[in-house]
Amino acid sequence: MSAVAPTAVATGAPPAPAAPPRRRRWPRLILPTYSWLVIAYLVFPIAIMIIYSFNKVNGGIQQVSFAWNGATTQWYRQWHNVPGLTSAFWLSIRLAVAATVIATIIGTLLALALVRYRGKRFRGKALFDQILFLNIAAPEIVLGASLLALFVTMNLARGFLTLLISHVMFTIAYVAVTVRARVAGFDESLEEAAADLGANPVTTFRRITLPLIMPGVLAGALMAFALSIDDFVTSDFVSGANVPFPVWVYSVTRVGVPPQVFVFGTVLFLVGILCAIASVVISRRRRLA
Amino acid sequence: MPAGIWLVALFLIPLVVMLSLSLQTCSPITNACTQTWHWSEFPSQISLYHTQFLTSLYFAGLATMIDLVVSFPMAYWIAFRGGNKKNFFLLMLLVPFFVSFVIRTIVWQFILSDNGIFLGALKSAGILPHGAHVLATSGAVIAGLAYNYLPFTALPLYVALERIDPRLIEAAHDLYAGRTRAFVKVIVPLTVPGIFAAFLLTFVPAFGDYVNQQILGGTNNTMIGTVIQNQFLVNLDYPSGAALSAVLLAVALIGIFLYARLIGSRTLQEFV
Repeated sequence: MSAVAPTAVATGAPPAPAAPPRRRRWPRLILPTYSWLVIAYLVFPIAIMIIYSFNKVNGGIQQVSFAWNGATTQWYRQWHNVPGLTSAFWLSIRLAVAATVIATIIGTLLALALVRYRGKRFRGKALFDQILFLNIAAPEIVLGASLLALFVTMNLARGFLTLLISHVMFTIAYVAVTVRARVAGFDESLEEAAADLGANPVTTFRRITLPLIMPGVLAGALMAFALSIDDFVTSDFVSGANVPFPVWVYSVTRVGVPPQVFVFGTVLFLVGILCAIASVVISRRRRLA
Repeated sequence: MPAGIWLVALFLIPLVVMLSLSLQTCSPITNACTQTWHWSEFPSQISLYHTQFLTSLYFAGLATMIDLVVSFPMAYWIAFRGGNKKNFFLLMLLVPFFVSFVIRTIVWQFILSDNGIFLGALKSAGILPHGAHVLATSGAVIAGLAYNYLPFTALPLYVALERIDPRLIEAAHDLYAGRTRAFVKVIVPLTVPGIFAAFLLTFVPAFGDYVNQQILGGTNNTMIGTVIQNQFLVNLDYPSGAALSAVLLAVALIGIFLYARLIGSRTLQEFV
């Protein structure tokens, strides 16, 4: 997934060959119409979520219902009225921030090591490549189950620490892959030039290497944050009594979902979309400058 | 290097521990486990839960096929006709990821519920009988899987299609190949690595999924993920859950190994 966004920038490919002139117009509308229908299908449940976050609730039990009872902003005003939900949400935020910071540092170092040290200096490189990949491609339930097995064997009580360890583990690989894509296109003579001008390795890293790979590091950090805050399967396995947001939501599906869940979903969605648009705009502006 | 050690510590050690746990015997009273090299755990677990394995295979396989068929034309269109709107369309493909996986599935439960937006409307229009329902059927689970994993299929396909040099298609036309022939002989063969990668990236997570099954499915179409989750978190039967996870991992590894053998391991990593 991660590599997709950067490659999305069109390579300036010439337009596809012109269709033979005799063709009628309507077949050309099939693919665009079809694609828009698929996009509508992808967006549809999200639209439903946003619309129903404004739905009034009739009756005593506050849970989402599919009958439309009229619009209200009550759930936005009472967003913190479900104690379990609010604490689960803040737990998710704290967890995502901590996991992002740790995973970004380790993942960036790992990416640098994977690109820089070749041959005899780094014998296990192929193995690391494979582990990174396996980490991304393995079914998440296996990761969750194996981490739980480890914590059970170590007699480590499930709580914030086990959640943090697990989130750091599964986000490192994504950070490393994202940063590696950036480091691979790095001109190493810039670092040599810095060294020639008398900069020590620390200064070189801080003034030359880090600024150049920063876009990759930020992209990796954003991805780590997004993955951590949305993670369900691993968290379901390794969380203790205090569960993060997705696990809490899952746990109430049987008894009824309070409308505030849709409020949190809507707000997180909007924040995420704004971040994505901002990063596209910033990178475009930087390219033009 | 130290970062690499972290990765090994956090990823390989748990796997090894899990494998060893699958070979242990635990006392049901004290929960204390001892290593007994209890290999028969594997055959006995597989024979106990082979129905759920087959259900997972069937659901995940069908959902992946649906995703491939649904997303190929769109990926093709974005890659070749997207023009300067490519980034916009890719963002639209990724839109579902901005909402939590669990919430997306709950909304589908909401949409497909017996008197919900979709079925309720069809019923009041008289198209469907009043007793018709979608939830708790295999169809609902497959639809949920297909929806949730569609971007995982569409994106690798897009990456593969986008990489095709349009001059190759021009060359095919210059050599008197018609549109159909150019598509079959040029575009499809060049997309095969992408199709295979899309298959793996969709099938493997769908195979181990339990969220869709538990929210949209019923009790008669249990998938293997549900069993593993139950063994670990409800029954606290760790050896059984560990053995089943190991089998699941083996299925994923076989897929990745086959890919590496047939197409080469480097290309798969390009799609992740």
